[in-house]
Amino acid sequence: MAEKDPITGVETTGHVWDDTLQEFNNPLPRWWLWAFYGTVIFAIIYWTIYPSWPMGKSYLKGVGNTITYKTDAGEEVTTHWNTRALLQYEMQNGEAALAQKAELAKIASASYEDIAKDADMQAFVQSFGKGIFGDYCAACHQTGGVGVIGSYPNLTDDAWLWGGEAADIENTIKNGHIGNMPAHKGVLSEAEITQLGNYVLSLSKEPSDAALAAKGKVLFEGKGSCFACHTKEATGMKALGSANLTDQIWTIADVKGQKSAEAELAAVKSVISNGVKRQMPAWKSRLDETQIKVLVAYISSFSSK
Amino acid sequence: MLKHESIETNTGLLIILTLVAIGIGGLVEIVPLFYIDGTVEEVKTADGKDAVRPYTPLELRGRDIYIREGCYTCHSQMIRPFRDEALRYGHYSLAAESQYDHPFQWGSMRRGPDLARVGKKYSNGWHVKHLTRPRSVVPTSIMPNYPWLMEHDLSYGDVKERMLALKQVGVPYSLTQVEFDANVEKFGKEVAEKLDISKADENLMAQAKSMNTDGDSNRITEMEALVAYLQVLGTMVDFKQHDEHDFIKFR
Repeated sequence: MAEKDPITGVETTGHVWDDTLQEFNNPLPRWWLWAFYGTVIFAIIYWTIYPSWPMGKSYLKGVGNTITYKTDAGEEVTTHWNTRALLQYEMQNGEAALAQKAELAKIASASYEDIAKDADMQAFVQSFGKGIFGDYCAACHQTGGVGVIGSYPNLTDDAWLWGGEAADIENTIKNGHIGNMPAHKGVLSEAEITQLGNYVLSLSKEPSDAALAAKGKVLFEGKGSCFACHTKEATGMKALGSANLTDQIWTIADVKGQKSAEAELAAVKSVISNGVKRQMPAWKSRLDETQIKVLVAYISSFSSK
Repeated sequence: MLKHESIETNTGLLIILTLVAIGIGGLVEIVPLFYIDGTVEEVKTADGKDAVRPYTPLELRGRDIYIREGCYTCHSQMIRPFRDEALRYGHYSLAAESQYDHPFQWGSMRRGPDLARVGKKYSNGWHVKHLTRPRSVVPTSIMPNYPWLMEHDLSYGDVKERMLALKQVGVPYSLTQVEFDANVEKFGKEVAEKLDISKADENLMAQAKSMNTDGDSNRITEMEALVAYLQVLGTMVDFKQHDEHDFIKFR
């Protein structure tokens, strides 16, 4: 050590590589050195205040740094600092958490009419509802509730399979539904399904063959037993979730998306042939009463009624 | 006394001593967790059994596919104890919930949402659509399509070996009657049956048949395995049965 570079006069480490290559031993900049000592001191203070070193089966829990929270049973507990207790404390005392809790309590005790009329509650529904709708519902019903034709119903079109009153929507979210239209392939002949297809198209004033549609009407009200679920007037039944076929709103067969009359007929025939099987999950075990209430109010605000 | 210069000029020694230095850093952080009481929380069901169980054979194969497809590169399985995460994903993850995961799938990258509690959130049918073509149900999704999951038959000839390997590292799959009885005691009879290595094939087939997400009951596809795995994530602990204090006291 303490060897000096002959040209610059700077102290070197004394290590020599490849005959002449040497390393200067310049002192560390003073500011850097003190910053380093600073971090060491910070670490020691940090160890003292926060949980740190393991000690046998336990660990140093931190000095003078406790959190007091309430258990769900209402008991007060004081514990050393830890993120779980901190979360519980924040959920019980945090400004945002309390503000949200107050809004939710207001919603819980209000009627749907009041929620719709009250600007403050409606604003809360629009923001909180958007969050939970986005997380739990939009995966199927899509952002804004527009649905996917053929799979997931549109919630914005005022055509409700299972009823659109607040109580109906609440029931749907809580208990779910199983939608089932039997397949008619094999039960009815291809010709009969074509007749029915024409009749169904005629109900919504889509282009159809009048003669075939007339035969389809007889099948609809007789052999095909379509009327059993869709009613003789083809307006559907809320209790069964059967679709209104006269409202020009298509939820399974994408009639409006077809370019020709033939394709429209094929789309309708495919539904009659293959039936429909789909399921809306029940949410009552995953979402609490008030969350469901917010969702109902949020979804109700989609439609124009 | 080892001289500075002799380490710097001897690559082999330098590598070994570097590894030792890093090793100390790692061991100091990891080892205490093996013996500190309460690292893994004790979570019981109402009838006193362990709430968290190892995966069934089908779920286990699904988990392998999850790893094979690299799902973990975009999805974490770790809900942190923050209010915003609790509001979005649900209760924070417990150590107990990944105690049988080897390796765990906590992850740190969230290009997609956290999946720690995705189980039972969406229907099987939705998962099939979504995995095959995510944009068919989430138009803004950036997730790639995984159409081959539906096309590939699940290979499960080695599922017993996979369970045996996990048993070696401490996952309580049972091989002998004594181990089976211990599982009945720990998890209850119904779960113990599913953890029996000798019945792995039948259990796997029965579960796949009961799900039948691909619409063909004679086939077992990779899709069924992956959906079975996704649908169990985060569902084993019923948080409504517990006081928050039950989990905080372990920290």
